[in-house]
Amino acid sequence: MLDNYFSILLFLIIGFIVGAGCMIGGWLLAPNHPDSEKLSPYECGFEAFEDARMKFDVRYYLIAILFILFDLEIAFLFPWAVVLDEIGLFGFLAMMVFLGILVVGFIYEWKKGALEWD
Amino acid sequence: METIQQYFVQFFGTQWGSMLFSLTTNIVFILAIAVPLLLGVAYLTFAERKIIAYMQIRVGPNRVTFFGIPWLRGWGQPIADAVKAIMKEIIIPTGANKFLFILAPVLTIMPALAAWAVIPFSPELVLADINAGLLYILAMTSMGIYGIIIAGWASNSKYAFLGAMRSAAQVVSYELAMGFALVCVLMMSQSLNIGDIVSGQQGSSFLNWYLIPLFPMFLVYLISGVAETNRAPFDVAEGESEIVAGFHVDYSGMAFTVFFLAEYANMILVAALTSIMFLGGWLPPIDIMPFTLIPGFVWLLLKIAFILFFFLWFRATFPRYRYDQIMRLGWKVFIPITLIWIVVLGLIMQLPESVRSVFPLNIWF
Repeated sequence: MLDNYFSILLFLIIGFIVGAGCMIGGWLLAPNHPDSEKLSPYECGFEAFEDARMKFDVRYYLIAILFILFDLEIAFLFPWAVVLDEIGLFGFLAMMVFLGILVVGFIYEWKKGALEWD
Repeated sequence: METIQQYFVQFFGTQWGSMLFSLTTNIVFILAIAVPLLLGVAYLTFAERKIIAYMQIRVGPNRVTFFGIPWLRGWGQPIADAVKAIMKEIIIPTGANKFLFILAPVLTIMPALAAWAVIPFSPELVLADINAGLLYILAMTSMGIYGIIIAGWASNSKYAFLGAMRSAAQVVSYELAMGFALVCVLMMSQSLNIGDIVSGQQGSSFLNWYLIPLFPMFLVYLISGVAETNRAPFDVAEGESEIVAGFHVDYSGMAFTVFFLAEYANMILVAALTSIMFLGGWLPPIDIMPFTLIPGFVWLLLKIAFILFFFLWFRATFPRYRYDQIMRLGWKVFIPITLIWIVVLGLIMQLPESVRSVFPLNIWF
């Protein structure tokens, strides 16, 4: 079993080498004549108006937080799904209670408008 | 194999010999997966241009020949594109964080390739047969988001930053729908091992594939896969007419190409996963003589090609979604559907075997 994880580690390393090799190939073969106009950030031809480290919509935070919650829910569902045949009706009902609580939260955020993008 | 191992042992000594042998074989196997995959990525771009061209009643790339062979007109196009891309200047904008700017494309392609470690091409043909295969795949697909966020942030450009935020929010949203759809597959297969998931669909014909009992989940998974890879009609993140090219607007030359490769590698990965979870992986559609003679990996590749064709077809057919519509589809349509389906499937599984076997939803349990 550990042998298999060694292959995965090797694959990750080779994936890194493929990416890095491409970048190094580009760096070696491509021309490099920078000037200040070329290196300015692209803003449809205009000079950059302000810094890119700017305010952004709070909804991205909301999506990120909701993602963390629901991903945790999936993390709990995975082992439950794998052994559902063995744990029977009691296991099923226990998970339904858990899902029910999370669905109440989901309905709350839906009604609060956390999922609206307008 | 044995003799080569003995040769290694003789040459390097007992301890080092066997270690180096397993290292070498692993690297050979990995290259045997990664090199065809990268070639497949190159020719997927060609297939995309060709297929969309035929759908729009034109011919697509047909000039660059493959080593001058006349009936392979156009087949040299991906090679020509690659050569062109590698000869182009990589621009690192002023104000960009140089290290992260260079690292981001590498971080995107690394998980896109490494996820293939656990994909079984036939019952024996799998590099890493781990029990937590599906979890590993989910982890790898999540890793890709780091590349997106880092690229958008490191460019220090407004368009790139906004594109990265959009992309990342979209990808994580659809990953939830994907995860819930996969829970349904797990309930059917009772195993996280990808080989076991395919074996669970074994039967006399394609009626045993999870496609049939989990058809709504198949649709959710396929559409989420399109959205997850930022493909049309969900490609607002790189909507050319809205925010130019999203998180990779400031990338050029090979740095851009690596993002491009990663996107297409992810596309093939999603197609492979759809084939494995819902279309029976390496299994033939009907378990009778002429079909069973064809080796398993051919069936898997055919199914992958079939799903990829759908991806290209979607792109040629549908207009782009608006961002708020994308998020609404992910959160307000797919997540409730999958949650309800999990409950329904769980309820069906509580029924006694005799009732289950006549239940119209899954006569094949």
